[in-house]
Amino acid sequence: MVVNSVHWFRKGLRLHDNPALQEALNGADTVRCVYILDPWFAGSANVGINRWRFLLESLEDLDTSLRKLNSRLFVVRGQPADVFPRLFKEWNVTRLTFEYDSEPYGKERDAAIIKMAQEYGVETLVRNTHTLYSPDRIIEMNNHSPPLTFKRFQAIVNRLELPRKPLPTITQEQMARCRTRILDNHDERYGVPSLEELGFKTFKGDSSHVWKGGETEALERLNKHLDRKAWVANFERPRINAQSLFASPTGLSPYLRFGCLSCRVFYYNLRDLYMKLRRHSSPPLSLFGQLLWREFFYTAATNNPNFDRMEGNPICVQIPWDHNPEALAKWAEGRTGFPWIDAIMTQLRQEGWIHHLARHAVACFLTRGDLWISWESGMKVFEELLLDADWSVNAGSWMWLSCSAFFQQFFHCYCPVGFGRRTDPSGDYIRRYIPKLKDYPNRYIYEPWNAPESVQKEANCIVGVDYPKPMINHAESSRLNIERMKQVYQQLSHYRGLSELKEVLLHKSW
Amino acid sequence: MKRRLSRDREDRPSSCKGPADSCKRVRQPAEDSGDVLPDWARLPQEMLLHIFQYLPLLDRAFASQVCRGWNEAFHMPELWRCFEFELNQPASSYLKATHPDLIKQIIKRHSNHLQYVSFKVDSSTESAEAACDILSQLVNCSLKTLGLISTARPSFMELPKSHFISALTVVFVNSKSLSSLKIDDTPVDDPSLKVLVANNSDTLKLLKMSSCPHVSPAGILCVADQCHGLRELALNYHLLSDELLLALSSEKHVHLEHLRIDVVSENPGQQFHTIKKSSWDAMVRHSPKFNLVMYFFLYEDEFGPFFRDEIPVTHLYFGRSVSKEVLGRVGMNCPRLVELVVCANGLRPLDEELIRIAERCQHLSAIGLGECEVSCSAFVEFVKMCGRRLSQLSIMEEVLIPDHKYSLDEIHWEVSKHLGRVWFPDMMPTW
Repeated sequence: MVVNSVHWFRKGLRLHDNPALQEALNGADTVRCVYILDPWFAGSANVGINRWRFLLESLEDLDTSLRKLNSRLFVVRGQPADVFPRLFKEWNVTRLTFEYDSEPYGKERDAAIIKMAQEYGVETLVRNTHTLYSPDRIIEMNNHSPPLTFKRFQAIVNRLELPRKPLPTITQEQMARCRTRILDNHDERYGVPSLEELGFKTFKGDSSHVWKGGETEALERLNKHLDRKAWVANFERPRINAQSLFASPTGLSPYLRFGCLSCRVFYYNLRDLYMKLRRHSSPPLSLFGQLLWREFFYTAATNNPNFDRMEGNPICVQIPWDHNPEALAKWAEGRTGFPWIDAIMTQLRQEGWIHHLARHAVACFLTRGDLWISWESGMKVFEELLLDADWSVNAGSWMWLSCSAFFQQFFHCYCPVGFGRRTDPSGDYIRRYIPKLKDYPNRYIYEPWNAPESVQKEANCIVGVDYPKPMINHAESSRLNIERMKQVYQQLSHYRGLSELKEVLLHKSW
Repeated sequence: MKRRLSRDREDRPSSCKGPADSCKRVRQPAEDSGDVLPDWARLPQEMLLHIFQYLPLLDRAFASQVCRGWNEAFHMPELWRCFEFELNQPASSYLKATHPDLIKQIIKRHSNHLQYVSFKVDSSTESAEAACDILSQLVNCSLKTLGLISTARPSFMELPKSHFISALTVVFVNSKSLSSLKIDDTPVDDPSLKVLVANNSDTLKLLKMSSCPHVSPAGILCVADQCHGLRELALNYHLLSDELLLALSSEKHVHLEHLRIDVVSENPGQQFHTIKKSSWDAMVRHSPKFNLVMYFFLYEDEFGPFFRDEIPVTHLYFGRSVSKEVLGRVGMNCPRLVELVVCANGLRPLDEELIRIAERCQHLSAIGLGECEVSCSAFVEFVKMCGRRLSQLSIMEEVLIPDHKYSLDEIHWEVSKHLGRVWFPDMMPTW
């Protein structure tokens, strides 16, 4: 019997550690690797240019790697539900493989595709490799509900065996046993689209972007990341300093998000390096902090289709957020009048990545700290601009940072002036992303509105004219908002104190 | 389905007999025929009342449509003692508002039953106006509790002051038995406080009026002088005076239970007045168990007048960065301290200051640290000294600096040991 395989890339844009792809090759006569893309949809989706560029670069990289194996990537225009029946017929497909997507929308889409495949007599093979563990397994071990505190999550992970070891990359031999028929018009029909085709205007010389998509880049970065760790010989979480705010050439989060880098490869490389340098002692869970946070949110989200909203979301506290499109726009576009916030949002828009503490600062400012705007609005802006924001992690992080879920203490408020100043006293970060303020002295660069007129004139930047005035009074807003949060939480716990005034600022960890 | 518990339930009149007796009455007729079938239409009113009290308003409203008997029960006065008016505009809020028809019905049929009322408004001026509208119509009410709560921006402040005051004074004048009043972030002023006092001085127990910029120290002093039953008070620091504290500790005055003071900086470099130690001493003598809750929202260099002398503060919250030096003074001068929350300090370790607080604040049972730094050793020492009296220890993970004695992974065992329970620092996603 002839086996014609199709491997469907969605995330997992890599050839290394790709069991689903291996299954496609296993005993197959022909194999085609497809990515399904709807250019019309590109315009209306909440996806910014940096994310598209990263994706297209990742697809180009896959195509290049497949070429070396005498194959190609097939980028098929359309929607999966329409595309697959066509392809099944045209290519006589007998086997369909893809990486498991644990997100609720993904599960629904895939269930429909699997059903359709059955109708066409196509065997479907799915492998779980986007996360270290199976979210369902973790849920099962936690009495059939997802852990809602990180500590609980870590305790469960501690009891599990190590994640499955990663598979090596696809070899020439494996590919040689299957053929891919490439037509002459492949580029025309199935080539990777350009940004222009998706409706974006690009400028010549616009190639200074910081994060280059693709598996090749991901693996290079991984090596540099490990080299740096080995050189530092220190596995403690680094304290944030001014340098950390800038994009790091060893940063890996966007590559993990798109699956250009396998999370298991990252995991095992870290583990092996640690054990080599620390003479075989077992690494603590904190070494994998970044990866485990990602796992945590995936697990929390997998069975909750309302994970990305407040209403109808069983884990989300119902908070009476304000509806204020004008204020939201100022925040999103970096026009709040607070240089620290504006610089962060500018970096986000220009480059697509910001440090996690910078995320905390702007998320707090938008929600429970200052503007009292719903976290859902912030989540949507991040979804558009942030390279490593996938559905589960983005929604989960926003709920966490706005104290809407996961039992967070809400007393801690990041000051839009002080926090920035303490992180980067030199002000270089501000000067880089808000060039208008570059001539401000360090003393005033985080609060230019407090600078005397003479200083403002000398810096050639008058607040209210060249740079916006601060959009709120932080002391007043944070005072109000802490009261609002208390109101919400007092009602939640049906607090019965000495009196109605009893302060419930530090609520008991549940 | 969320159960909406009514406010102040312990103060509500209990008005139902034992359900068991009522049950018998309903069942008897059916028992003769050998069946035990309850007749829902004939449930006694007391039992219906008891059941309805558990239902959220919407479900109660549905139930009231079932039959005349249930409709009558729906309108029993006992079910209308407490009400929370939710006033939101779709343009400014995600939450639903109380239906205008329901509001009309309440004013028409139940305004004289209302005793415990609150208004929750969003950030739009229309919502605040709607609240005032309703207030002005509560002429037949003798309210015991009134709360004006802004859930987002303080929209009551955007109303014309006279409009707000006249609506509020309707309640002050007609109630004559106000016990609890929450009017934070409103344009209430001295004359309206006089009206409040003139009509409710015997009954007023709780007054919460933080951020009411039109009130002066004299205005609040009038309240303290006349309302001798006042047990709980919340206001801003600019209203606090030695005279006020002495009035609250006068012989005629009951023991104060709770005093909350917000210290907020309007402009950088603001100067704050001082309160004499003798005034605080008088307070402590008069009300030895009272809670003094202070919220500070100041710039670091505005703390000059504070914590120079002993002060009986019990709950202390620093909403902005506070200096090491000030925290040192807190350790020296706050022997009654029960809860301490520090949002931010800076990048110098607070080791000494924490140890001093452990030594001298023997009642400290809750502490929260945000953007600060403490070495792991000092932190363990702090926890050891406080021991099991620390029921709340909320420390952001970034606060703890590993040193030669402890790493981050080891510290939680040490701390758990001394606390007698499992403890971890608070974490934030590092993704």
